[in-house]
Amino acid sequence: MEIRKIKASEITETVCRLFMDCNYYIGKDIYCALQKAKESEESETGRNILAQIIENDDIAAKERIPLCQDTGMAILFVKYGDKVVVEDGSFNDAVTEGVRKAYRDGFLRKSVVDDPVFDRINTKDNTPCIIHTEIVPGDKIEILAGGKGFGSENMSKIAMLTPSKGIEGVKNFILDTVREAGPNPCPPMVVGVGIGGTFEKAATLAKKATFRSIDTHNPDVRYASLEDELLYEINKMGFGPAGLGGTTTAIGVNIETYPTHIAGMPVAVNICCHAARHAKAVI
Amino acid sequence: MKTINLPITDEDIKNLKAGETVLLTGTILTGRDAAHKRLYELVTQGKELPVDIKGELIYYVGPAPAKPGFAVGPAGPTSSYRMDKYAPTLLDLGLKGMIGKGARSKEVVDSIVKNKCVYFACVGGAAALIAKSIKKEEVLCYEDLGTEAIRRYTVEDFPCIVAIDSYGNNAYDEGQKKYFRE
Repeated sequence: MEIRKIKASEITETVCRLFMDCNYYIGKDIYCALQKAKESEESETGRNILAQIIENDDIAAKERIPLCQDTGMAILFVKYGDKVVVEDGSFNDAVTEGVRKAYRDGFLRKSVVDDPVFDRINTKDNTPCIIHTEIVPGDKIEILAGGKGFGSENMSKIAMLTPSKGIEGVKNFILDTVREAGPNPCPPMVVGVGIGGTFEKAATLAKKATFRSIDTHNPDVRYASLEDELLYEINKMGFGPAGLGGTTTAIGVNIETYPTHIAGMPVAVNICCHAARHAKAVI
Repeated sequence: MKTINLPITDEDIKNLKAGETVLLTGTILTGRDAAHKRLYELVTQGKELPVDIKGELIYYVGPAPAKPGFAVGPAGPTSSYRMDKYAPTLLDLGLKGMIGKGARSKEVVDSIVKNKCVYFACVGGAAALIAKSIKKEEVLCYEDLGTEAIRRYTVEDFPCIVAIDSYGNNAYDEGQKKYFRE
């Protein structure tokens, strides 16, 4: 395969479009799940709230405005083909410029502060973003982009379970995390779970899980049935739409896994609200 | 559906019951994390606040920017528990209520009952829809905080649900209990 040159400006434009799109247009998977939940939800208040969320998502798409005011911190999962060379600039700068442009020209909220503890001064352009890059064979760049709001991000947790805890330990930790989050993360939520790897790998997998469509399952049938079982258990908790009671507390549980160490079984739970936003492009 | 014309009266608050849906019309203040921190620090230093909160409702929101042609940008509620540290102090100073989403601490619930106030919830993630009921915005102070500045919103039929009423009844707890399954 020959070296392929991609202009920095093309990367910037693509990233900009992805962040605008994912903030204006809710994914089909989420939209369908909300419609279905509106039919099955037992609480009248819950059904009304689901109807409001659906109407909200319709308004956002029609008017091309953010469906949630928390347009999030910008996160990108990139598969970077090893035959690609960026022309007229660097990849990271091109991506960052795309984020800056989307949040400025797309009327998205700037929610990033420069220092986490001391200064906390808003950077006013929603940068920096968070880029997870994987080098893969090929001459293309695949970008999966999403904005993550912190109402749900704050409810996320990680546990370094030991192998003897087994499947029950995994289930309990996930359910306890959701129970503790309760009405706060804007239910109905999407629960992203990362199991295995190391401390940071599990967290990254959990985030990646929230970026996967909720109408898909883990390819391993054992984890796929665990996804279904957890969703069922979560919906028995009673929190319901907006946390005001009901039978729809979550609309999806996605699990991602990775091999791990003989001594460990890390589990990370990344909670996402019903505005689970992501968009993908291949350059 | 019950409509409340703002400023909210003690009589209005007395009649509100956890779980009921109401529409608010009038003006409300906005403020979230950073603005609350500043207000709280001023109070603890015995200094005057830059905005009069007496009799007001404060909406926990950090809006997205308004697109040209729109009165405001999308403006849904943010999680209220982050303001729990500051809320009792503001309620003691005469704030009549809060609008946000999610659970509150015991200290806040106690303060709501003690001061005969109310906590409204609106639907998190329904920012584009909620913005339709906000007709005007004016930045009152802390403009340097960007989205976190304190604003005055003029609202018409702003939809919310009584989450915690002045008697301490809690729509979150009651709702969850009702639909909890073993």
